[in-house]
Amino acid sequence: MLKILKYSLFDLVRSNWSIAYLTFYLLVSSSILYMNGDLTKSIISMMNVILLLIPLVATVFGAIYMYNSREFSELLLSHPIKRKSIFLGQYFGLAISLSLSFIIGVGLPFIFRGIFGSPQLSNFLVLIGVGLILSFIFSLLSFFVALRFENRIKGFGLSLFIWLFMSIIYDGLLLLILIWFESYPTEKLAIALTLINPIDLGRVLIMLFLDTSALMGYTGAVFYKFFGAWQGILISLSSLLVWLILPLYLLLKYTKRKDF
Amino acid sequence: MIKIENLNKAYKKNQVLKDINLELEKNKIIAILGPNGSGKTTLIKSILGLVIPQKGNIIFNGQSVIGEWEYRNKISYLPQIASFPENLKVSELIALVKDIRQQDVEDEHLIQYFKLDEELNKPLRNLSGGTRQKVNMVLAFMLDSPVIILDEPTVGLDPVAISRFKSLLKEEKAKGKLIIFTTHIMSLVQEIADEIIFLLEGDIYFQGSVEELISQNGSSKLESAITNLIEKSHA
Repeated sequence: MLKILKYSLFDLVRSNWSIAYLTFYLLVSSSILYMNGDLTKSIISMMNVILLLIPLVATVFGAIYMYNSREFSELLLSHPIKRKSIFLGQYFGLAISLSLSFIIGVGLPFIFRGIFGSPQLSNFLVLIGVGLILSFIFSLLSFFVALRFENRIKGFGLSLFIWLFMSIIYDGLLLLILIWFESYPTEKLAIALTLINPIDLGRVLIMLFLDTSALMGYTGAVFYKFFGAWQGILISLSSLLVWLILPLYLLLKYTKRKDF
Repeated sequence: MIKIENLNKAYKKNQVLKDINLELEKNKIIAILGPNGSGKTTLIKSILGLVIPQKGNIIFNGQSVIGEWEYRNKISYLPQIASFPENLKVSELIALVKDIRQQDVEDEHLIQYFKLDEELNKPLRNLSGGTRQKVNMVLAFMLDSPVIILDEPTVGLDPVAISRFKSLLKEEKAKGKLIIFTTHIMSLVQEIADEIIFLLEGDIYFQGSVEELISQNGSSKLESAITNLIEKSHA
């Protein structure tokens, strides 16, 4: 697995995509820091950018990579290696190269603004952590979808729909449901619905850490009220891990019986 | 060396291989022929374990290989489409395969043979289709495997490279290897194949030597003999 990971990482970090993604983050985080002038505010602004963009970029990048390396995967499969090692290697190569662009692109400007000496360091690390988890989750989902559907248009369509659903449609639906059931207690429902959306979980996690209740939104506030800060953090973190481990398990199971 | 028993493969309702029984012996060059969609690539991919058959067995050196992977260190494979990671260099790709195989590799001689010295440090995305196919050749032939499987090997190659490829095949056969290839170029088959397996709609329609095929189908050329063979099947 490590051999495949090494070479797919070699391939990916040199691609124009990774470099463009890195440059984009450098520009966005520098300008946000410049305009806000304050680390806490900048972290919150960055959070909004990250929660929208990381899933999108990971989705697109994951699908493109999988479709481009289809024939190469066939070549690898003809060699004496387990299927599991090939696909784990390719997936981690993909997720790590995305993560590197993200860490460097966001990290450098914040380091120049002295994040390491400031009390905001832990909040910044949570931001980076959530960004990493979301990169891993969404590149995994689109990697899986692209492996499952040989038709590129179907694969891209479904991957993008997953992103659109999680980041935009879902919030609207949640709001509608809460309005419909206005006269009932909806806290538990809201919690359950939050657990099934990784982007929302990421938002709640950052908010609970930053302790800025004004920005929590409904689900964040319910989380806070229901579990308290630490338990809430623990629950949202473990749900995010389920979002990573379950698809990974299903992916490996699927590759065993797939024809190439 | 390779024995295939009652092999069946269907993609959804489309039955691609129907009860294939075959025995492939070493020290032979075997051509798998057939019209498009007759199951050639699926047959090759089942031997390699890329395609998982619904029924039947594939026995390699006396052992069933369904679901196994270690046996593949005895096989070299040249895929139909030479498509590699765009941003890797040729030399890195060769290093990757060496890294995976962990066996004796004879690559320098082949790189010179196909005149790839100057391409070694170029990223693969900058290579032409024919040059990529040469890289593909190097990857397949640099490993000293007892079985070599080639899926349409001559696509995109220039005449010089094709003649080098043919003499390479003869050298490898002289070492007692089993070489299996698919192609649509009949002159190549007539020149180098010892045995023909002709697939039609997932069945083995003919198996035997070039001479047998020609004499059975009343024509002096392989191309027209095969045309006659296909037309007979529709009658």
